[in-house]
Amino acid sequence: MKARVYVTLKNGVLDPQGKAIHHALEGLGFGGVQDVRAGKLIELELADGTSDADLDAMCRKLLANTVIENYRIERAA
Amino acid sequence: MKSAVIVFPGSNCDRDLAVAFRDATGVAPAMIWHRETSLPDGIDLIGVPGGFSYGDYLRSGAMAARSPVMRAVADAAARGVRVFGVCNGFQVLTEAGLLPGALMRNAGINFVCRDVDLTVENSDSPFTRLYASGETITIPVAHHDGNYTADDVTLDRLESEGRVAFRYGSAVNGSARNIAGILNDAGNVLGMMPHPERMVEAAHGRSDGRRLFEGLLEGVAA
Repeated sequence: MKARVYVTLKNGVLDPQGKAIHHALEGLGFGGVQDVRAGKLIELELADGTSDADLDAMCRKLLANTVIENYRIERAA
Repeated sequence: MKSAVIVFPGSNCDRDLAVAFRDATGVAPAMIWHRETSLPDGIDLIGVPGGFSYGDYLRSGAMAARSPVMRAVADAAARGVRVFGVCNGFQVLTEAGLLPGALMRNAGINFVCRDVDLTVENSDSPFTRLYASGETITIPVAHHDGNYTADDVTLDRLESEGRVAFRYGSAVNGSARNIAGILNDAGNVLGMMPHPERMVEAAHGRSDGRRLFEGLLEGVAA
């Protein structure tokens, strides 16, 4: 069983890496990019029966720093 | 005075911190590997050193904060033992929840490595008692993720409770309210991005950091 955890910076938290990527895209001549936010994708291979509560605890205890980041869990069937 | 310095894979300022502890206290600290689950009995002071623990994987300090030894550090901090985190050590202490907020990538993206002016904001803590409130000292910084971030409620509380120990004299890394170092609510845990252990003797050019270590001796059995 696979799960994907998307970790993104909260709105309002400055994202210097996103800004650098944005500038680089502009430097390559791509117009119309209004904002860039960088995040992380973490793929987990889980034993069958791993509970939603366990997965959520993994996010809160390690995968995301909830002071500055949000997370979203996507479980594959 | 019994002290310890925690060593994670990727720590690189552990020996500098140990020398500063040894010179100030007259006794070499115990060097404690991160896999340990306990600290020496009767410990008075714990140093969490700078470096790049676990290669900054996931987030700076994130992996180290979940090391077995950090449970013992948290227990000691709750008992009132002094805990001093420098640079990556500050990141570890925030990730471990011993200090509020988080340290993000520097606003200017670049690694910043230079001497900076700091204002001592609070000279009542065990770490800052030999400085004068409002005094300016010069201490080096060397970090990529020193941009201190917390919500406004937390920042207001830190300021109103005198828990901002040091502030940058001018913007260094984008830190909220130019915060360079903060105390926990009990005042026995300090985290700071600048490296006072790199300015403790004449050979370092200045010794502005020395009083931080000497001040830690006071109020502790010899």
